[in-house]
Amino acid sequence: MPRWLAYLIVLAVLTSAAAAAFASLDMNWNWSIVWEYREAFWRGWWTTLALSLAALVASSLIGIVAALMLRSPIRLVQAAARVYVELIRGTPLLVQLLIGWYVVAAALRIGTDHRYVVGVLVLSLFSGAYMAEIFRGGLDAIPKTQLDSSRAIGLTPWQTLRLVVLPQAVRIVLPSVAGQFVSLVKDSSLLSVISIAEFTFNARNVNSATYSTLESYLPLAAGYLAVTLPLAALSRWLERRFRYEAA
Amino acid sequence: MKLAIHGLVQRFVDPRGSRESATVLDDLELVTGDIQALVLVGPSGGGKSTLLRILAGLDVPVAGSVAFDGVPLPRDEGALRDYRRTVGTVFQAYNLFPHLTALQNLLLPLVHVHGLTEPEARERVREPLERFGLTPHVHKRPAELSGGQKQRIAILRALVVRPRRLFLDEPTSALDPEMTGEVLEMIAELKTLGTQFVLVTHEMGCARRVADEIAFIADGRVAVHGTATEFLDQTTDARVRAFLQRTLHA
Repeated sequence: MPRWLAYLIVLAVLTSAAAAAFASLDMNWNWSIVWEYREAFWRGWWTTLALSLAALVASSLIGIVAALMLRSPIRLVQAAARVYVELIRGTPLLVQLLIGWYVVAAALRIGTDHRYVVGVLVLSLFSGAYMAEIFRGGLDAIPKTQLDSSRAIGLTPWQTLRLVVLPQAVRIVLPSVAGQFVSLVKDSSLLSVISIAEFTFNARNVNSATYSTLESYLPLAAGYLAVTLPLAALSRWLERRFRYEAA
Repeated sequence: MKLAIHGLVQRFVDPRGSRESATVLDDLELVTGDIQALVLVGPSGGGKSTLLRILAGLDVPVAGSVAFDGVPLPRDEGALRDYRRTVGTVFQAYNLFPHLTALQNLLLPLVHVHGLTEPEARERVREPLERFGLTPHVHKRPAELSGGQKQRIAILRALVVRPRRLFLDEPTSALDPEMTGEVLEMIAELKTLGTQFVLVTHEMGCARRVADEIAFIADGRVAVHGTATEFLDQTTDARVRAFLQRTLHA
């Protein structure tokens, strides 16, 4: 069976099941009123995209630095990174956002116009902790003989990292990183709790204004899929491009 | 090269954390004549690979001195790195970079360590690749190469930077007999080309062919040392005789 046909069948089954469910519920759809709020959806979607992109870059950098710190021979550096990773991974993002905004940002006298920066920062620190563990695993998977070889040809430690270790680690961590990026996009919806007008925040506002719950939230789901599906496709393409067998 | 080693000691601490440390090289002494090729042989665990790693500037001994042509090996990492850039090392398990093609493996040290431009580096490797019959394989990744091809690329990677000398650590131990032949052939050709090298091997046939001097290392010391002929044909040392018996009939 060709791949497109397989996908088509799965989607057809899924769609009919959904249609049957909604038919039995006798829904009173009210799409027209939601359509009037299309601007809000559109703006929210772009905001989510921008926030996610910023957090994606920042969390990758944080993740790489934290992963190197986790492997540092200096105990204090290692301990700092370990505490960061475990504290962040062990607590809900919701709590981190509330503390980050209402405690840390407030204590630092950061004004409301920097709400988005703080939001992206907390989200990046959150995602960065997961990235750190992913990168550490990738770095650990590089055989010691590769380091021997790098030293033998006279590479500096920095060159070894850049030319030998990271290119190999990237291939190893790519699937997990792509998964983390998808989570990051969805997790950005929690930024709404500190009144950042991203996609979820706006959809919720539309719901409160129109009392059309599903009509507000179904486009939300579709909007997230519009980001996460291409991301998944991109990751599969990158995986193929970076593929080579370990020798 | 004239190699002079005095009072060389190397110990390894047990990684499980106990204070016990194993003495791998125990006050080793070795002074060679002005030779082109030195071959180190001996039983496994006798210390030959440990000695080679020190000679190659990869490990620093606990005590003792090593000098090539009267120049002592440095002890600090920065100076050792500079030293490693002037020599080449080949490992038993090839240690090519798996994410790079054979050609990229060769270009990497030339471009990033020795400051050649990419076209200069390509020009530099063209003739050696041709000479050793590796040109058809340059665009393959290590996983697509046979063991013998991998090891020959690894030798070339060490060679194309024009090192003062090569260190080869059991370059054929991981290969089946057929591929062993092609790598030994290449090492023999290095000898003809005038390359200086120190070779650790179990292949006594190869030792006879390329060695100017052979040192038998056991229990962290040089047990017997002499010219190839002295060592292979005239030694009366019981350990060497037994070793030669075993390796020839293996």
